[in-house]
Amino acid sequence: MSAKQILATLMMALALVATGSLAQAADMPENVSLDTLGKLFDGVEFDHAMHTDLGEDCSACHHHTTGTGTTDERCVSCHADSNEVASVGCGSCHVADPFSADQINRKALNLYQYHVDMPGLKAAYHWNCVSCHEAMGGPTGCQDCHTRTSEGDTFYRADASDTSTSGKSNH
Amino acid sequence: MSGISRRRFLAASVAGCAATTLAGPKKALAAGSFTGYSDSMGVLVDLTRCIGCRSCEAACNKEQNLPAPDRPFDDKSVFDETFHGGKQKRRPDENAYTVVNRYNPEGSDHPLYRKVQCNHCNEPACLSSCFVNAYTKTKEGAVVYNSKVCVGCRNCMIACPFNIPGYSYSSAFDPVVKKCIFCHETRLKNGLPPACVDICPQEALTFGKRRELLKIGNQRIQTHPGRYVDHIYGEKELGGTSWMYLSSVPFEEVGFDPNPGNEPIINNVKDFLGTVPMVLAIWPAMFTGFHLLAKKREGHDDHDQDADQHHGEEGGEQ
Repeated sequence: MSAKQILATLMMALALVATGSLAQAADMPENVSLDTLGKLFDGVEFDHAMHTDLGEDCSACHHHTTGTGTTDERCVSCHADSNEVASVGCGSCHVADPFSADQINRKALNLYQYHVDMPGLKAAYHWNCVSCHEAMGGPTGCQDCHTRTSEGDTFYRADASDTSTSGKSNH
Repeated sequence: MSGISRRRFLAASVAGCAATTLAGPKKALAAGSFTGYSDSMGVLVDLTRCIGCRSCEAACNKEQNLPAPDRPFDDKSVFDETFHGGKQKRRPDENAYTVVNRYNPEGSDHPLYRKVQCNHCNEPACLSSCFVNAYTKTKEGAVVYNSKVCVGCRNCMIACPFNIPGYSYSSAFDPVVKKCIFCHETRLKNGLPPACVDICPQEALTFGKRRELLKIGNQRIQTHPGRYVDHIYGEKELGGTSWMYLSSVPFEEVGFDPNPGNEPIINNVKDFLGTVPMVLAIWPAMFTGFHLLAKKREGHDDHDQDADQHHGEEGGEQ
């Protein structure tokens, strides 16, 4: 093999890698609306591009589903080389109703030996976002990410004041 | 006449003993061996996940139509409230069936929060102590009560090892006991999780079949070495509870009684109560016997006075 051939092969390989990552980048959304669950709080417009620019590996949030492997020692034994899956959105695996009768009955069937304790969608969002924000110094207050709706204000009794004496004993 | 009485007395005593020895142990075995309905539900509270947002308190308030709180549910200053000279943190009462308390365990760089509510014991002490039978342990796992028959005696408040039942002191004419009922009427019996579980943003509360929750709890302890104390509080405590806890620090540091024992509260009085049928069966026979014997002696005394007259008839008995 001549030096030219080697160079050509290298170039081709590089081009393939580049197009590969370009394709991946093209798939990536700029923003993601996380607004399927909230009633008491508005949805979150998640700035996906800004978060990917932070340079973390995709698996930091997407586990093993983006085809980039995983380094989590609890996952590598099965998912070190897992392929990219068709849909990598959180809601593809984390269900919105983790404690419905249907989900609980599925758990009882022991279908998922290792994933039986998978969090629902709401917890998946909060765990992923809040734990990272704590570590990186991001905002962690409820309303730092999503503003409370008027229904939320009623729910949390925002109008309650210390002056009311409703016979609280609490001893 | 008196010979037959003695025989009757002995026969009755033997029968009484036999009845109690046969019936007594059977009851004693039944009480204290109930470990919950097989498909009953429960909640696993993971203290490592709770962030103290108090949303569960707000959800409970709404679901159970409880009165407005003194302060909004997102007010964190309630964590500083203490009672009885600072010794006791908040506890559930007639206006709040669940409360979250904050703890700062030694050596931990962040606070831990513990949600308190009825733990829905497999063998509830409140139920055992209630003489009007207001309490029921449902097949879904909830400990519910019928406030229509509650006479407000507050025995259950004294019996509860977790200090849970509250009392409607504010009601002058019809004060009754109030506590968490696992949202049994509105949710649990329809296959839905309680309101507090539904609202929790952190899934600090995991709802499921109690036996599955035990597996999940043990799996968490196993897959996260160092995160948890190797114990599920409520798996065995006091005969087992439907609500159970995982913690990262020893349980006594977050307000739990570290060693309440694994025996249900009723076992403390079971042996004593087991003697009640014996007393009921034997004492009447025994004292009737004593009475008859005493009567007989009285009779002899009478006869002794008339010994001269009746000597020939009574001679054999002397």
